[in-house]
Amino acid sequence: MDLMTVLQVLDSSVRLATPLLLACLAGLFSERAGILDIGLEGKMLAAAFFSAAIAAVTGSVWIGLAAGIAASVALSLLHGLASITFRGNQLISGVAINFLAAGLTVLIAQTWFQQGGRTPALLSSGRFSPLTLPGAEALRDVPVLGPIYYELISGHSILVYVAFACVPLTWWVLYRTRFGLRLRAVGENPEAVDTAGISVVRLRFAAVIICGVLCGLAGAHLATALQAGFVQDMTAGRGYIALAALIFAKWRPWYALYATLLFGFLQAIALRNQRLDLGVITLPAQFMDALPYILTVVILAGFIGKAVPPRAGGQPYVKER
Amino acid sequence: MERMPRWADVILIPLISLLLAAIISGLVIVAIGEDPFKALNLMVKGALGSSYGWGYTLYYATNFMFTGLAVAVAFHARLFNIGGEGQAMLGGLGVALVCLYLPWPHWSLALIGASLGAALFGAAWAFLPAILQAKRGSHIVITTIMFNFIAAAFLNYLLVGALKPRGAMDPTSARFPAETNLPSLHDILLPLGINFSRAAPANVSFLVAVLACVLVWMLIWRTRLGYEIRAFGHSEPAALYAGISPTKITVTAMMISGALAGMMAINNVMGEAERLVLNATEGAGFIGIAVALMGRSHPFGVFLAAILFGFLYQGGAELALWTSIPRELIIVIQALVILFTGALDNMVRMPLERIFMAIRRRRA
Repeated sequence: MDLMTVLQVLDSSVRLATPLLLACLAGLFSERAGILDIGLEGKMLAAAFFSAAIAAVTGSVWIGLAAGIAASVALSLLHGLASITFRGNQLISGVAINFLAAGLTVLIAQTWFQQGGRTPALLSSGRFSPLTLPGAEALRDVPVLGPIYYELISGHSILVYVAFACVPLTWWVLYRTRFGLRLRAVGENPEAVDTAGISVVRLRFAAVIICGVLCGLAGAHLATALQAGFVQDMTAGRGYIALAALIFAKWRPWYALYATLLFGFLQAIALRNQRLDLGVITLPAQFMDALPYILTVVILAGFIGKAVPPRAGGQPYVKER
Repeated sequence: MERMPRWADVILIPLISLLLAAIISGLVIVAIGEDPFKALNLMVKGALGSSYGWGYTLYYATNFMFTGLAVAVAFHARLFNIGGEGQAMLGGLGVALVCLYLPWPHWSLALIGASLGAALFGAAWAFLPAILQAKRGSHIVITTIMFNFIAAAFLNYLLVGALKPRGAMDPTSARFPAETNLPSLHDILLPLGINFSRAAPANVSFLVAVLACVLVWMLIWRTRLGYEIRAFGHSEPAALYAGISPTKITVTAMMISGALAGMMAINNVMGEAERLVLNATEGAGFIGIAVALMGRSHPFGVFLAAILFGFLYQGGAELALWTSIPRELIIVIQALVILFTGALDNMVRMPLERIFMAIRRRRA
């Protein structure tokens, strides 16, 4: 393998890791506030559809992005209504949201476009095009560093850079602001937050909405940057991989970056090689597909450090009278 | 004090939730420009209007009874088994191995063998998530989701490799020998003088599913193990205090759950396809969640809810055939049922409780 091949694999890892990273950070905000969210998949799917559909109709990718985020936030609010307001089971609500998105996206796509549950292929104005960072062309011929800058760092869509910028931003919000402190507190001990005179309900809704916005970005990236349009079930389990990455990262932002890059790398390899030849044994492609899930089970089993979730996760908060 | 009478809890709330789901589904149909009443009429005619329609309705219902019972048993131990899909896939593998590699003189013996194979493989696939939950505290919802994906990859691997007959193109196993083919409802009802549709896939495993409902009822309410499972589900500390081992209950309940989900394969793999195909489960494992919630985790409720979902599936297929409404409408309805009977349960329950309390106060 030469430098170019390595760079191409890493480049596609970054692209594939981006939706995982955004969804993972989305889950991080929600779960740190004590709201479990297995509906990441559904929210991404809804955002993917609406961003592609509206971008196809209006011809503007930015209006598409806004529509995608709006759809994702709407599902977030439904999750909030069920799990915060009516104190329902958060897991069941998440399952319902995943099915709702899986069904509605195809239903609406078929009604609007009659193309077998997909949106029309997006033209260039309906997509996020790759950005060429300043100096990339000029530095291209510099040995080693030039190709790395040109291939790997430059030439992604804006959402990729947004996703990577979200990592330090999330860290800063969670650990350096008053809102972040309260958010983490509400996921560990909501009674204490309530006693301090801060509304648990409002904080949790804020977290759920942030989660919706980030899932919206993830879905829009899938349909308008990674691919040119929506196809049925295009998230293909990415929401669950993001959930796996979240556990892998033990609910911390920087580790979320590393975990999603690792899973993106696995996907890139699985996409490029049908099977991986390690010299001693040859791993089949299906094993590569299953690897993120297997790794998550191993992590959950606590064999590589124990993953301790936020303490109040999954429990509805009942205010004392 | 009970806040409301039992009948309201068992019958009224599910009915109101179902009604809400139906109203929203109707609105969805209106939104895509079709007439909901015409659609309902078409569904009823297509699913229940002929023995052909009934044959499909009962075929789907058989799948959902097994997966619904699987989720229900786990619910009684307050465990949420989302892994029914993967367990049913592995059950299919168990059925395929039993049918392909063991010689069977008669279908009845093959059915027993295949049921055991399916249950064994399904239970085995539930074992690891269960033991990890009990011993290491790994969240069973996450691990069972992960095991669904691992199962899909594993079956994919086998079906393009070891299980595929030499020279075949499709990723499917070889056809099962004729001795293992199960009699359809047509074959069973003909001696009784009823001419049931020959083309419909409903088969003898429907009766096995009904039997499974009865056995699960006996297990949960008439045995010591069932009592322990319910006690554990109500309160883990209390169960522990009473000398019930959490590990034992978690693992047993999950393995029974996995076995039931796996047994779905005697219907779809052995009864219908008569070979193992890719993605044989078609999401039935997830519908089990809706069925168990709708049926309030009671085997009789699961039975009724499974028939309802069988009706929805067959009716939905008819709709897709005759109107512009896509099949995915069923997934939306399924989502709404899960939402209203599961997650938004309190939205219906809280106002009702208030009404019943007010009535009681006036009487007192």
